[in-house]
Amino acid sequence: MSLLSIENIHTYYGNIHALKGVSLNVEKGEIVTLIGANGAGKTTTLRTISGLLKPREGKVTFNGEDLAKYKSHEVIYKGICMVPEGRGIFARLTVTENLEMGAYSRTDKTEIQNNMEKAFTIFPRLKERRTQVAGTLSGGEQQMLAMGRALMSNPNVLLLDEPSMGLAPVLVELIFDTIQDINKSGTTILLVEQNALMALGIASRGYVLQTGQIVLSDSAENLKKNPTVQKAYLGME
Amino acid sequence: MQSLKRFNWTDVFMWVVGAALLILTIIGSYLTLQQGKYTTVQWFDLAVFGLAQGSVYALIALGYTLVYGILRMINFAHGEIFMSGAYLGYFVATSMQRSGFMQENPLLGIALIFLTAMTTSAILAAILERIAYRPLRGAPRLVPLITAIGASFFLQYVFRGLFGTQNRAYPEIAYIQGAIPLFGNFQIQKIQLIVIIAAAVMMAALAFFVQYTKTGKAMRAVSEDKSVAALMGIDVDKIITRTFVIGAALAGAAGVLYCFMFRIVTFYMGFIPGLKAFTSAVLGGIGNPPGAMLGGLFLGIFESLGPTLFLDGLGIPAPYQLKDVIAFTMLVMILIFRPTGILGERLSKTKA
Ligand SMILES: Nc1ncnc2c1ncn2[C@@H]1O[C@H](COP(=O)(O)OP(=O)(O)OP(=O)(O)O)[C@@H](O)[C@H]1O
Ligand SMILES: [Mg+2]
Repeated sequence: MSLLSIENIHTYYGNIHALKGVSLNVEKGEIVTLIGANGAGKTTTLRTISGLLKPREGKVTFNGEDLAKYKSHEVIYKGICMVPEGRGIFARLTVTENLEMGAYSRTDKTEIQNNMEKAFTIFPRLKERRTQVAGTLSGGEQQMLAMGRALMSNPNVLLLDEPSMGLAPVLVELIFDTIQDINKSGTTILLVEQNALMALGIASRGYVLQTGQIVLSDSAENLKKNPTVQKAYLGME
Repeated sequence: MQSLKRFNWTDVFMWVVGAALLILTIIGSYLTLQQGKYTTVQWFDLAVFGLAQGSVYALIALGYTLVYGILRMINFAHGEIFMSGAYLGYFVATSMQRSGFMQENPLLGIALIFLTAMTTSAILAAILERIAYRPLRGAPRLVPLITAIGASFFLQYVFRGLFGTQNRAYPEIAYIQGAIPLFGNFQIQKIQLIVIIAAAVMMAALAFFVQYTKTGKAMRAVSEDKSVAALMGIDVDKIITRTFVIGAALAGAAGVLYCFMFRIVTFYMGFIPGLKAFTSAVLGGIGNPPGAMLGGLFLGIFESLGPTLFLDGLGIPAPYQLKDVIAFTMLVMILIFRPTGILGERLSKTKA
């Protein structure tokens, strides 16, 4: 049984049929990537998993449990946390307060403190800026904060929506290295990326989404070699 | 960020009106002070009264500003939330006064009045949020605004229906009457001192709460981004309810303080203080709690000193009758010249 699986979900924005029967599954300990062009429905898929959107059809199961009965704020208690597209940090809260909000679902104060130390070890830059208001961080630092904040909930599965967006190549490297480290320490990862090459570089498997449907799914190795993928997402002719 | 604007006769006209008012104010103040009709003691009394009145405005204003900060919505029924707390507090006060309980245990009695008023306001606001505002979340901004005005009338007429139209005299609680001498001829009314201190304590408590507690931080997070807050496990609806409840409890307490000062209770008593507090919130920058506190204090003092200071010297009879004119002229002037208020964001631009 997969840790996370979504079966045939249909998600709408009003009348707009954004996901037309998407199915995918993520095994414990994996990094799985979901790639696709702009507007394919990648963000919609993640928002559906995290409960911000309710699918009209199909279901999301986590650890064998149907998530349909949970409200969006209850999903994190199940062990799923999302780093939203554009980071979604609380700009007027300090770095520390943002991290504390990441731990909102938890109550053990010493555990939270340990987690914060851990986040600061992963992202030493955040420690330097702990009292700073988050809105004044650089783009890269904001991405670190968004990831650190998500880790504060000790998630089993981390959903990452375009973590490399708008970052300089060096920072992209750093973020991807960190994603691998986080994965090695036991967190399963579902990674949405425009940067397909980087994503397939660290993932074990991948899905390709096109206008609300999964058109391809294979191991990362094979996807990198697939001519359609190369043409459409890796910029190769 | 302001780009060059086109030349515009309306702007010119407004600036002329604004400048004329400002000049009039300055001339009026100069003449008043020159005539020397009022002693320093009288000015001091006016200022302290203004500060006390302003503390009440500030407490009510916090409710507007907290709700606006979290929902970008003006809860126009907030004045009636204030009234309802004051009204039920009044019943408790009179019965304790009649039974002699108030005379024997004044502190406990006063605490009970506050408890009643704050609980009443808080419960009412929670119900209002649940049945009148929550279903409309996500609707165009005009819809909850109209609903709030409707709710405001609804509450007024419920109280009118239940308790009648008469003005009721608030009991005179002996414990808080009288004046405390300071130095020379200066003295301060006990009631005014109590109002100022009580308001200051509550505002400090609120500031601490919003800044340092888990719920306070969650309130700030929700006011920035509801869906991300939900992703973090914050129950947004619950936080919104708590925001309404906190704002309402402050309004209920303000209702008691207001009654202590003015000793009158009616079903429409929430209207003018509600508008004044709204003015204070806008003045300080709506959505900004320290701004609401500053705005309230400023308006209270402005309103207390203003009529005498600005108008007396111009030979206007009974200037104090014009205090509301002064307050609302100021509201209009702020909306025209500084819509962001002293510390805040623009009223209409954000998420319009
Ligand atoms: N709030 C919304 N209201 C209406 N339609 C929306 C909304 N959000 C997304 N859509 C539509 O749903 C479809 C999928 O959008 P989604 O944001 O999931 O794409 P995406 O794959 O994440 O794209 P990108 O790579 O640009 O982030 C698009 O056609 C988009 O226009
Ligand atoms: Mg997206």
